[in-house]
Amino acid sequence: MNGTAMSRIVITGGTLLDQTGQRVGDVAIEDGRISAVGSDVTAGATDTVLDATGCIVSPGFVDLHVHLREPGMEEAETIETGSRAAALGGFTAIVAMPNTDPAQDSVAVVDFVRAQGRKAGFCEVLPAGCITVGRAGQMLAPYGELAAAGVHVFTDDGNGVQDAQLMRRALEYARPLGIVLAQHCEVSSLTKGAVMHEGACCSRLGLPGWPSIAEELMVFRDIELVRLTGAPMHFLHLSTGRSVQLVREAKADGLPVTAEAAPHHFTLTDEQLSGFDPLFKVNPPLRTRADIDAIKAGLVDGTIDAIATDHAPHSAHTKEAPLDEAPPGMLGLETALALAITELDMPLSTIVAAMSWQPASIAGIADRHGRPITVGEPANLTVFDPAQQWNVVPAQLASKSRNTPYAGRVLRGKVRHTVFGGNAVVVGGVAQR
Amino acid sequence: MKHLLSIEDLTADQIHHLLELTDHMVEINSRPIPKVPALRGKNVVSLFFEDSTRTRTSFDTAAKRLSADTMNFTVSSSSVSKGESLRDTIETISAMGVDAFVVRHKSSGAPQMITRWTNASIINAGDGWHQHPTQALLDCYTIRTSLNRHDSFEGLRIAIVGDIKHSRVARSDVQAFAALGAHVTLVAPPTLLPPAVETWPVEVSHDLDSLLADLDVLYLLRVQRERMDDALLPSLHEYSALYGLTPARAARLAPHALVMHPGPMNRGVEMVADPGELPGSVILNQVTNGVAVRMAVLFWLLGSGSDLNRTETSS
Repeated sequence: MNGTAMSRIVITGGTLLDQTGQRVGDVAIEDGRISAVGSDVTAGATDTVLDATGCIVSPGFVDLHVHLREPGMEEAETIETGSRAAALGGFTAIVAMPNTDPAQDSVAVVDFVRAQGRKAGFCEVLPAGCITVGRAGQMLAPYGELAAAGVHVFTDDGNGVQDAQLMRRALEYARPLGIVLAQHCEVSSLTKGAVMHEGACCSRLGLPGWPSIAEELMVFRDIELVRLTGAPMHFLHLSTGRSVQLVREAKADGLPVTAEAAPHHFTLTDEQLSGFDPLFKVNPPLRTRADIDAIKAGLVDGTIDAIATDHAPHSAHTKEAPLDEAPPGMLGLETALALAITELDMPLSTIVAAMSWQPASIAGIADRHGRPITVGEPANLTVFDPAQQWNVVPAQLASKSRNTPYAGRVLRGKVRHTVFGGNAVVVGGVAQR
Repeated sequence: MKHLLSIEDLTADQIHHLLELTDHMVEINSRPIPKVPALRGKNVVSLFFEDSTRTRTSFDTAAKRLSADTMNFTVSSSSVSKGESLRDTIETISAMGVDAFVVRHKSSGAPQMITRWTNASIINAGDGWHQHPTQALLDCYTIRTSLNRHDSFEGLRIAIVGDIKHSRVARSDVQAFAALGAHVTLVAPPTLLPPAVETWPVEVSHDLDSLLADLDVLYLLRVQRERMDDALLPSLHEYSALYGLTPARAARLAPHALVMHPGPMNRGVEMVADPGELPGSVILNQVTNGVAVRMAVLFWLLGSGSDLNRTETSS
């Protein structure tokens, strides 16, 4: 452990924001836990003082959707580089998607991912398990063994589970284990060769379209399977207005469903593909202004529980290919907070809820992340300046890859400090290891 | 203009200018020695990632008639098949000194992407379902000369029939014909129309017979057998019955009406009548005009004020 880990940390001058509300106060941290909160916290000579003047101090952010690429695609990202990027983005816990090579469908692989996360020490890396072995959509992965190894979220992300019978069985089998299955909603027979949203832009560009209904059909199917089985389900990266409405209605019916949206789905439209730049290729694809409005409305009314990045690093040369050959995905960890603050007309408390305690609850880590800022709680905290303007410069990002679609954009809101497990892993916007 | 990537990038005036330039090229092509030194010393590289003998030959002929040096690079004989990236291929050939790449690629947008990696001009010779701008220009030129419409296509009724959805020719032609003022109707089964077709500057019909008598131009597109595998069509036979140009349908065309096709034709599918017996067929004129149009495009992008009226002397 580094030096800051051992000393007392005092966060001074900030405004505390958690699920109990907002107040001015300082925070002291000792031995990995919050040891004092309020106006009477004084810093001693040996303490590490983190200046939070003008900043919000909130429970650490939790990202339900991160591709760390290790094992198998370390050229694009490693658990160390990805979790460093996460800490710089204010995240103290991230769910690592299982589309690694080998896939995260065995205890050996999830143990490896978790251990690499611990070794990096930037945040808690929570490996997601697969719904099916090898994400191949054929056989159930060993949910019981994986759950016993600490896995809570299971998904074949990148692929939707196509077989309705298999999905029914998966939900039935999962139900007593207390885990959550998370669906990448895409009926693949409707998206063969698809490159971008099916609409006016794809029609003009002559590219195969990814129709909204390919997502909505699976959202609808899975809502009905949840109704049938009673097992909870989380919907990954919703991208269409109709999907949001289906989830809204399912929640009104009292079904145990949750949903996330990615920042690019509330900031960018399919028109971005007009220049054929693969940086804007993502799955599900960028859609229309109306879809963006619907996703924002879903975030405001709580239909969408979480902002999740779908951070998907790709090395430069794989994105230097024609649009139909380039892999889908874009970076997200280091820009998520700023995009939410800049683009969402929402109170900070709603944004932080969607980035912290709400996703913590879905990820099954509400005992240690997204906690109220009170004495005795685990010290997983994010300090950010909601007013700081900054320019997105790809070369300055901590991710091993550079595939951000926001290069040159001026955003508002920047993480100043991140405290994970009582250690100041980011100080003054700089990673400490 | 540095590149020719899409008809969308051209104004109506620029299209007219290119068609007027094509008139000069037609005149050159009618000379005993159809060759001028306009592009002497320029290096034009054909870069075909998808096979197309006719388009490549047409560009090659055009470049040679302007005295450019030409080089052919096809995917089968290239290092692309050995896993070299598109970027490395472009940068490597560019390093040999290239003034223009003529690019054919199966992926929509590939020519535009290539512009990032070279200073040479890029001429799109067909990319995916996206664009085939020189085809649209040669089609415009053919209509212009055949129907004596030198000023505009205002009032012309053009029907494009066939697989619009997967057609770069349709996308380019619709934009060019509409830019020149024509009234364009797309005729196809709904499965072969593009998504959001209401955003195109066209009307849509599924009934060819009701249109025939009023048409100035009937433009047939190639319909491919693999469309049946994707359940876009029940059978080529049914397509032919509903949308094919039969002798009976040909007889209902106005006497002045043109029949056009970008080639290669599927005889017995979209073209049931013998085109040789159709008085309005200008299909071979399209091919002839293709050379002149491509000369005009090459000269427009690379010519920089060279004199077109000088004849080639011995060399």
